[in-house]
Formats: sequence, structure tokens, C-alpha cells
Amino acid sequence: MPVSIVLALAAPFHAFADTHPATPSDLQGLRQEVEAMRAAYEARLQTLEQRLMAAEKVAEQALASKAAANSGPGDLAPVAAPPFVPTAPAAASPSPGGGANAFNPAISLILAGGYTRTSQDPANYRITGVQLPAGNSAGPGSRGFSLAESELSLAANIDPWLRGVATIALGSDNSVSVEEAFVQTTSLNRGLTLKAGRFYSGVGYLNPQHVHTWDFADNPLAYQAFLGGQFGDDGLQLKWLAPTDRYIELGLELGRGRGFPGSDTGRNSAGMTALTAHTGGDIGDSQNWRAGLSRLSTKANEQNVSAVNATGSLVTNAFSGNTSVWVVDGVWKWAPNGNGAKTNFKLQGEYLRSTRRGSLVYDVGNANVPDAYRAAQSGWYLQGVYQFMPRWRVGLRTERLNPGSPDFGINSASLQASDYRPKKNTLMLDYNPSEFSRVRLQFAQDRAQQGMTDNQIFLQYQMSLGAHGAHRY
Amino acid sequence: MNQKKALPFLAALLVLLAVPAHAALRVFACEPEWGALARELGGDLVDVTVATSALQDPHQIQAKPSLVARTRNADLVVCTGAELEVGWLPVLLQQSGNAKVQPGQPGNFAAADFVRKLDVPSQLDRSQGDVHAAGNPHIQTDPRRIYQVATALSVRLQQLDAANAPAYAKRLNDFSQRWQQAIRRWSLQAAPLKGVVVVSQHKSFVYMYDWLGLEEAAVLEPKPGVEATASHLQAVLASIKNSSPRMTLYAAYQDPKASEWLNKNAGVPAVKVPFTVGGTDGAKDLFGLFDDTLSRLLAVLAKP
Repeated sequence: MPVSIVLALAAPFHAFADTHPATPSDLQGLRQEVEAMRAAYEARLQTLEQRLMAAEKVAEQALASKAAANSGPGDLAPVAAPPFVPTAPAAASPSPGGGANAFNPAISLILAGGYTRTSQDPANYRITGVQLPAGNSAGPGSRGFSLAESELSLAANIDPWLRGVATIALGSDNSVSVEEAFVQTTSLNRGLTLKAGRFYSGVGYLNPQHVHTWDFADNPLAYQAFLGGQFGDDGLQLKWLAPTDRYIELGLELGRGRGFPGSDTGRNSAGMTALTAHTGGDIGDSQNWRAGLSRLSTKANEQNVSAVNATGSLVTNAFSGNTSVWVVDGVWKWAPNGNGAKTNFKLQGEYLRSTRRGSLVYDVGNANVPDAYRAAQSGWYLQGVYQFMPRWRVGLRTERLNPGSPDFGINSASLQASDYRPKKNTLMLDYNPSEFSRVRLQFAQDRAQQGMTDNQIFLQYQMSLGAHGAHRY
Repeated sequence: MNQKKALPFLAALLVLLAVPAHAALRVFACEPEWGALARELGGDLVDVTVATSALQDPHQIQAKPSLVARTRNADLVVCTGAELEVGWLPVLLQQSGNAKVQPGQPGNFAAADFVRKLDVPSQLDRSQGDVHAAGNPHIQTDPRRIYQVATALSVRLQQLDAANAPAYAKRLNDFSQRWQQAIRRWSLQAAPLKGVVVVSQHKSFVYMYDWLGLEEAAVLEPKPGVEATASHLQAVLASIKNSSPRMTLYAAYQDPKASEWLNKNAGVPAVKVPFTVGGTDGAKDLFGLFDDTLSRLLAVLAKP
């Protein structure tokens, strides 16, 4: 209603202003006159509007007493009608496009690829003292040009209570895998969120993050050694956020234990449990941080792991038993006044400690010698990434592993422990033409294997198409 | 503690945890202007926390832990909307475990839903930069639109905190009167700015231009959200030869490098505009925001 009044008032006003012949002094006077007129109109409109609002409020209260509390912004549209914007058309919320596609989920696609050059053959990549899962893709991947993982992600609300997300990974070898596919509650309240399906575990800092959000081309050695690269599972995750001003988030996960360090055991009970606790906050306007402690426990049954035996040849062993991985993580970010547009800095580190208890069958299919097995191994990385000018970032990462002294029982003659400490240093430079694109050059000196120095160069691109991603901290 | 004693104790603890002492309505404002507006409209009835400062780029905020915690405890989230917070607000809402503030709920208020937007792209393509499908989100540079948002926000406060509805209505009435008087004053003050040609660093001020009749001759960002490049600045320099703009406007959170470059090379003075509450010392509240903005623009015109 106010719109029509405004239009009626505004129409002659415009005609008058347009047809009047003008000299500069005339114009000045005219302007003041017009302003005065406008002020008068506005005052009148305001009183009209106040009365209108009062009337509307009565109507609304009547409505509200009938209807449930759940009213969307649509109910407010009459109130939102522009009170004195002369040319404004009726209101506000644009009607979304109709049709069968209107409810399509948000789709985003990550395209990535690059060129890798290594001084050692990636096929022979090992981490001395660590038994990696057989067929695991630890190390720098394939040499030369290659497509990296392309990631197709779909997300939408399912109904007023649930939201669904699926991330499908398309490998460079034309394989398709379900990286994540979960439903998540949006309405549990009290700080609770329940997730069901396949998802990356919330342990540590890096683990729940997708590859394209990492600050380096590859993940740390400790992740490759103790979490199979990145730990995802099928199951349930319950998170609780404490009702405090300080961020305190606790998480509990139950899962199948599908992947390393677990293995599909085929039993009814859960093969994986994880507990996570994170806290964080701000230090002034310029700094913020998050720190956490997590524990992942998995069961494995005849899990094939590869190891190098005392004579230096590669053998496959089978591990059965329990693994627990403790993760301590911390991240600290700095940006002047909290505005990272020009410069910002991110310091991040994690410490992982894995203990495995159970039995190990040495050299499956050949020697086949079973005995008890215990190992406690640890590793850490520390990295800093600095944006020194808009679009450009430089990063440095250093990492160490401690394979400890595993107890192989009677197999200790065949699988002797080494006191070598794998290490790696990485330097990264990336250029981000926009927030949707990134080109990265990375140089690493990888000493994961005793007596071998692998100099690795990565040149890669990562592009994001479609829906604007929102990233975790 | 035996079980008989433990049960009532646990029950009491649960009740304490479940029913926090009812206090003010907790408002989480994404940007300082909406925090200031919520304080104007809610006074002591609301407890306002503001997620960002005027020195931060609202497009580029991280979903940091302190913000997750504050979203969890909010009764009402007041943001600009129009995809301004698309890179961080969805994460906050998802992690909050707070059903009240999810999109579509009364506790989720997007200011841009209540005003007519400008710069609505006819074609959506990222080759055009970081465009917003819903239109330009920087609606707070026009006090008339702030008024529209105020009306809608007050209705929302009354809906959420029905017991105090008359108090909110009274505060809105009071704010409306002061605000409309101020708009009248600003409109008169700003009369000399009508038709003045300006350059913008980012498309931050279209609503203010729409209000005051300023004319935007060029934008220093080649595309929205893309930093000015040397070649684009040269092109701007060539293009403004004929229009001879009077000044370049940049928001307090922006790096003035590009604006200063234009000042050096074309003699177009760079003017820092608070852009939101807290952007400059003068912009202490919503009234100060426009007082200070106008005085900065008029000061340039006053110079020979």
C-alpha cells in the first residue's frame, strides 16, 4: 500500500523536475525547494506508515496467536515494503526460479592436476620402520603429468531436519570412489549434531579436510604412516558443542573400521571408535587458534601390511589386533586486525602416536610365521604458511617419524627394528588468481627411507567450479 | 555417593544445564552495522555479539572457533545475506548444532531479503568475478534501506521475544523518528554531491550512489573481488580522462594502494569511507556512520 502512495506522489514530482528549464542558480534554488518538498512528503509518509505498522502489528499478533511460531521471512513482506524509496518496486525477497530443477542440490567440482618429478622411483617408496597397508598410495604418486583427484560434491537440505552431502572422487586412473556420503541433522539443538554415512573422521586437524583445502600438495608422513593417508569410515558421528563462550567441541564416532589402521572384520559390533575434543578462541582481533586431542581405536583382522625384511626384500605380513592412534593438533592464525586480505600467517602442527597390539603373521603365503606383535610409533609435523602479498603464499613444513622398537616376538630375526628416523622438509609457493583457483609449486626433500633422499618437485593446479565452497577453520 | 543421592543431584545438574537463566535475547550479528541496528532496536533486551569488525572484509572471514561458539548460543543471527557471507556463515550454522538459527527459521534474519537490490546480474558466470546472484550485498550504505531493514528486524525481535514486543515496538518508533530526521538532514547536507562523478575501489557503494545521486565513472577492481592490476589501472586512467572524477572511495577495510595510485597519477583524491560502524573514529554508531561518511565526501568537494 505505501508503494502506491509513494508512486502517486513521486510521479508529478518527477515530471516537474524534468521539464523545468534550468540555469545554475535556478537549479540551486530548485534543488532546495525539492528537498524541502521531499522532506514534507517524507514526514507525511512517515505518519502514514506508523499508522500502517500499528495496524499491521495488531493483525500480525492475531495471526501469531493462531499460527505456530514458525513463520518465515515471507510473512514480513508487507512490513518490508519500501516506505519512501520513490522508484522502488514492491518488495524484496526475489521469488526463486521454479521448475523441476529448482530444488537441485548445490554442485561443486574440483579440478586438479599437475606435473611431478622425483629423483627416486615412486614405485619403490617406503617409510623405513613403518608397515604401510599393502597397496597403499603413500609417497609422491606417479611421475610426470597426471590428473589429480577430481572431486564432485553435491549438497542440499533434505527436509527441515536433515542435510545431505555426497563427495564423489574421480581418480586419475578412471576409478570412481565415494569419498564422503552422509546425512547430518540441522535441528537437534543443544549444540548436538549427528552425522550418519561415510565421512572423514574428525580426529586431528587435517583429517576432516578435503585434499583441495590442504596447504601442501601431499599430506604429512605421519598421516601416511598411521592413518592410511586420511581416515574415513562408514558409521555415526555425534558432536556436541558446549554452551560456553569458549569453543569446546566433543565428538564421538562409531564405525565399521573399513580402512587402515582398521580392516573390515565382518562382525556386528563397531570396528572403529573415535573420541575427539577441540577447543579454541581469539587472542585480540588479530589472532585465533584451535587445539585438540583425539583418539582413534580400530580393530583389524588379517590386515595385509608390507614391510622390508632383514634381507632387504619386500614381504607382506598380516596384522590382527587393535590399534589406537592419539592425535594432538594445534593451529594458530594471524592476520593484521583479522583482515587477511593482504598478509596472513598460519602455523599448524600435529603429533600422532600409534600403538598396535595383536599378532602378526610374517610373510603371508610363504614363511607364514605367526607371533605376538606390539608396536608404539609416533610422528609429527609442523608447518607455517605465510601470505606475503595478495594472491601469493609461501609455506614451509618439517616432519619426523619415530618408528620406535616394535616387538615382533619370534619374527624379530626376520623383521628387525631400525633406529632410523624418517624425515622430510617441504617448501611450497602458491599463487591464487582468485579464491576459486590456485597454482602451486612445491619442492620436498623426502628422507622417509633410510639411505635414500628423494627430491620431489610438484607443480599443480586446483580449481573450484560451481557452488561457492564454505571452508572449515 | 550412593545411587539414591546421585540421582537427584544428576537431575538438578541436568535441569541447570538444560534451562539457562532466561536473560536477554542473544543476537549474533555478522557485520557491525547490523549489530548496531540490533542495539538500537533492542537496547537492554538484547545481548549483541558482532562477528566481524569494520577493518575486516566481510567476504573473507574464517569460520573460526570463537564464531562457532557464539553461533551455538545465539537466539537470532542477523546477517546481510545476498551471499555476502557464503564463504563462512554456512559452516558456522552447520557446526553450531543450533536449530533456531538455521536458514528458514525465525532466528535467521538476512537483511538483504527486505530491500530492493541493485546490480543484480543478468548473467551468472565467474568470469565476471565474485558476483552475487542476488545482487550487490552492500546495502548498509543507504540509510533508507537501513530503515527498511530496521522495520523488518524489529518485527522479528517482537516475534522471537513476544513478552517484550511492546518495548521493541516503542524502540522502533523512537529509532524511526530519529532516523528519518537524520535522513532528511543528510539528504539536505548531501545536496552538493548530486551528480558528482566518482571512482570506487570495489563496488561497495552502489546503494549510497543510488541515494545521493553520485555517478560512478569507474571501479578499480577489474572484476568484483579481484585485486586491481597494473593494466586495469592504466585502462581506468585512460577511461576517466573525459569524466574527470572528483574522488575515489574506498572502504576502511580495503588496502588503499590502488586508490592512492590513481591519486598520484590522475590527481583524484582517495577518500576513506567508514563503510560500516567502527570503520573510522567518527562512525561510532549508525548515525555517526553517515555523519562521518558525508563529512568526508563533502570535505573533498570543499577543496578547490
